[in-house]
Amino acid sequence: MTTLSSKPPIPSEAKAALLELDSVSVRLGGREILGDVSFSIRPGEFAGIIGPNGAGKTTLLRVILGLVPAAGRVDRPPAIGYVPQKLEIDPDVPLRARDVVSLGLDGHRLGFTLPSRRRRAIVDAALTDVGAFQYANARVGELSGGEQQRVMIAHALIGRPGLLLLDEPLANLDLASEQEIVTLLAKLAREQDIAVLLSAHDMNSLVNVMDRIIYVANGKVATGSTDEVVTTEGLSRLYGHHVDVLHVHGRVVVVAG
Amino acid sequence: MFTGLMANTWIAASVVAVVAGMTGYFAVLRGQAFAAHAIPNGAFAGAAGASLLGVNVIAGLAVVAVASALGIGAMGSKARHDVATALTLVLMLGLGALFASLSAQYAQEAYSLLFGQVAGVSSGEVAPIAGLGLAAAVAIGVAFRPLMLTSALPEVAEARGVSTRRADLYFLLVMAVATSMTVPVVGALLMFSLMIGPAAAARCVTARPGFALALSVAIALAITWLSIALFYRTNWPLGFFVGTGAALFYLIGLGARRVGPGGVATIRSV
Repeated sequence: MTTLSSKPPIPSEAKAALLELDSVSVRLGGREILGDVSFSIRPGEFAGIIGPNGAGKTTLLRVILGLVPAAGRVDRPPAIGYVPQKLEIDPDVPLRARDVVSLGLDGHRLGFTLPSRRRRAIVDAALTDVGAFQYANARVGELSGGEQQRVMIAHALIGRPGLLLLDEPLANLDLASEQEIVTLLAKLAREQDIAVLLSAHDMNSLVNVMDRIIYVANGKVATGSTDEVVTTEGLSRLYGHHVDVLHVHGRVVVVAG
Repeated sequence: MFTGLMANTWIAASVVAVVAGMTGYFAVLRGQAFAAHAIPNGAFAGAAGASLLGVNVIAGLAVVAVASALGIGAMGSKARHDVATALTLVLMLGLGALFASLSAQYAQEAYSLLFGQVAGVSSGEVAPIAGLGLAAAVAIGVAFRPLMLTSALPEVAEARGVSTRRADLYFLLVMAVATSMTVPVVGALLMFSLMIGPAAAARCVTARPGFALALSVAIALAITWLSIALFYRTNWPLGFFVGTGAALFYLIGLGARRVGPGGVATIRSV
């Protein structure tokens, strides 16, 4: 019934870690948001930061991006591609999907960009990689949530980062687009040998593809393969009280509190 | 209508139109249309104050326009941006009215600073107007990509080390420079419609960012030239033509956008 046990062990254990957190903790306003977080991620791995809302997932992502000061050691790759949770672009903003992707190349640098054949080819390739080429010339504000997600993944990957970081990429998506995005991300991780790290409050669409789970609850973290971490005993320890991990029709349900 | 004093008017007004088209493009994109309304009013107060004190008018309005921009930026980081902008707007309008009322020719002074005195640009004013216009255009060109990134994807910009707050402040200052050259020519209120109307119309017509910017400048120029020509012919207030022209172009833009999927698709696949 459960799909958890079919998961192969974490691959490429031999490769050097791309991202490594060692005893990282974050205090904001005297309150501990995250405590003693340690894990590492290797190239080609697909990892999920899973946990209930308010557990500290976004803070953890911001620590990895270097936007939140944290105690402990964070070794991050030089280039990180980042996809925020939601695009807030009006439908009439004059930006096509290809313009958003092009901003991924040099949007942070001063100056302006003149169109060129070379740039066009690079942007086309990035859009094709994520299956977004057919709406390359559409206004990005008019695209659906799933389409915008693909465009943003192309934007994040065009600079060839080693690590792709996504904040709740599956929130606000219908079930079909959710599955498509997960499949796409798993494919990108394998084919481009990049590490994919995303946050999600529901792990069910990810259970089959995640090499590693980073479960966040109560400002604490448990990490390993999904069936090592998502157990009644393991999560009860993390939450600090009894929780039930139930397997219902192939889905995992965590009943906390 | 193209000789002597008139030539100054055409040159100054054209520079104003180009700068308004460019800054307006980002004002609309960044959702700072309201600030584009407030900062020229700061310039209005500065100009009225300067003429009361008998100091250089352009210097006076530049100083107060920059101060307004800094005020909006500073207050906006602590409170809500629109609240800070609104308070700056009314404060500046009030100060401007006070300064203008203390000067000898109240009505004329206030009217020309709000609605422009396009017919009275002297040759001495053309050079500083062109200089400030060039500065504003260069400032936008230099920061085009970060301005675009922080407008469209503020969270990504932050993650890539581009501060949205600093970009906001930078753009407010560019608007202050731009308005300090434009307010003496077209006035505080017309500057606003010349910034917002063309930019809003252009983005309805095309989805291409570079083309939208060029179109915004072209529409601003068209409105300005048409308005001056009609002003000379009819002697009706210039403000009527600029305001109506900006609204008209926006309506045409909206119409073009609604031509249906075919219409929009044709344009966006160019």
